[in-house]
Amino acid sequence: MNASSISTVPVPETGSPSRTRRATRARPGSDTASSTRKSLRERDKSGYVFVAPFAIAAGLFLLWPTIYGLWMSFTDQALTGTASHFVGFSNYVEALGDPQVWATLWHTVVFTLLSVVPLVVVSLVMALLVHTGLPGQWVWRMSFFAPFLLTSAVVASLSTWLFQPEIGLFDVALAKLHLGPVGWLSDENVAMYSIVLVTVWWTVGFNFLLFLAALQGIPHTLYEAATIDGAGAWRRLFSITLPQLRNIAAVIVLLQIIGSLKVFDQIYLLTGGGPNGSTRPILEYIYDTGFTNYRLGYASAISYVFFALILVFALVRLVPTRKES
Amino acid sequence: MSVAEMVAGRRAEAQRTKAENRALTRLTIGPSPWVRAGVLALLVVMAAIWLLPVVWGAVTSFKHEAEAALPASWWPSMGWTLDAYRSVLDNSELLRWMGNSLVVAVLVTALTVLISSMAAFAFSQSVFKGRGLLQALTVASIMMPGQILIVPLFKEMQSLGLVDTFAGIVLPQIVAPVMVFILKRFFDAIPSELLDAARIDGAGPWRLFWTIVLPLSRSILVAVAIFVFIGAWNNFLWPFIVTTDPKFMTLPVGLSTVKNAYGVQYAQNMASAIIAALPLLVLFMIFQRRIVQSVATTGMGGQ
Repeated sequence: MNASSISTVPVPETGSPSRTRRATRARPGSDTASSTRKSLRERDKSGYVFVAPFAIAAGLFLLWPTIYGLWMSFTDQALTGTASHFVGFSNYVEALGDPQVWATLWHTVVFTLLSVVPLVVVSLVMALLVHTGLPGQWVWRMSFFAPFLLTSAVVASLSTWLFQPEIGLFDVALAKLHLGPVGWLSDENVAMYSIVLVTVWWTVGFNFLLFLAALQGIPHTLYEAATIDGAGAWRRLFSITLPQLRNIAAVIVLLQIIGSLKVFDQIYLLTGGGPNGSTRPILEYIYDTGFTNYRLGYASAISYVFFALILVFALVRLVPTRKES
Repeated sequence: MSVAEMVAGRRAEAQRTKAENRALTRLTIGPSPWVRAGVLALLVVMAAIWLLPVVWGAVTSFKHEAEAALPASWWPSMGWTLDAYRSVLDNSELLRWMGNSLVVAVLVTALTVLISSMAAFAFSQSVFKGRGLLQALTVASIMMPGQILIVPLFKEMQSLGLVDTFAGIVLPQIVAPVMVFILKRFFDAIPSELLDAARIDGAGPWRLFWTIVLPLSRSILVAVAIFVFIGAWNNFLWPFIVTTDPKFMTLPVGLSTVKNAYGVQYAQNMASAIIAALPLLVLFMIFQRRIVQSVATTGMGGQ
């Protein structure tokens, strides 16, 4: 396989001479001279037809639920009952005073704080190591990215088995060193770290590929010039490679923070939010409130509180980057 | 092109890649053999750590159930066996779920690519009233985390009678504003002379779309399709909420329900995990370059 050909931005392949020639030949009798590009496009009213399928789907499955959920958050809508009543802001008042909302929100933030740094740093190190062009490119990319292709249920099975008390690989390895056993998923003080460990292993490959693509976009001439100027390998790393990655790293950090805040799958499948609710993320609380306690109105209100937080964060984070660029 | 020519072409490309990689090595870490050995050692260690859980799961899946419940060991002392695979394939609905996942992922991919590219074409090449507003809405909705919509979306599916149907699993997944955005940026780069010339030639919008825009955009369409397919194949939360009948469960959802039913049958657990992981892993081994490319181009919104 070709090892070093990840182009970041593909370019339209305009290499079809026959089609181009046929297309440029003006038909006799058509008023080509007076037709400017703009009027040609304006005469074309097909836009509605082309945008319709997407617009309808987005309206039905994105816009409507957004509005409907907002409405629901002001009602006492239940999953089964048909009649619901307008209750004003009481769901929001309840949510802000609900210790479970704050606790699960806190778990979500802790998970995000613990996972973002390794997910960015480890992926950067991987990309830098692979970008050296050393033999085995295919193997390195395969090893680092493959876990990302596993579905959360498979990741949960594998890691439950690794974390198995007494007989799992981790406890057996620790026992050989006369350490442990550790309650990987059963100890309230450890479970979140175990989940972060699994998450880093599982999803770091995605950021790795983003960094790798960015690295391959750095012009070789920069390195050549630096080498001629006598810059060593470390100097080239710190003066060329890392500065060139600054913008892409900022985007990856932002994407990763938003991604980490939405954690659900691996926590739900590994600990179910336990032990003792110590790892339960906000999305699981929304799920439990809506689908276990059937309080759809209240679950919607919590969803919107959470959404507002993500939005505020994203906007705060976006403003300075806009200024820089 | 003859086979010999193809082989020669492949070989030439491999040669070129090798030369490029050697140049890269020289430019990044320099000529020192010690540094190279050090970096290589680091790569080997990290790759081994990353592969270890999967290899470990695979080894367990070939053990006898009785031995799998003993403290971890790398080499099965009771010998290798396919028992776990046999009982998983006989008893569970694994293959049905895999089929469901395939149907769902293919439908999601086909529909997403179709409606996103159509919308992107309209945004890029037509002028119509409300285009600005629709486009702004599309970009804004990229920020919307779909996860917070599970409650109203479920209620909506309930009233549409789509709970426990493929339509209910598929439809909410086909709305991908970020893909519209990526495709539009690509379509914008198609030389407008080409399209205008075709318009003068009398080509209608459908001709433009099918015979010029889509063929020119093969690379990005494949990238988007691969990205959407991986996401749909692995999606857990929405299919998990909208299916309760095992008949309609996708692989991730079905697997999560049998976890407890197996109890302590680790070998069977690992066997089903390995079977579930195989399709995408095999696809990745075959199409690695394409997949790497598609994640790189679409993963960051085409930046």
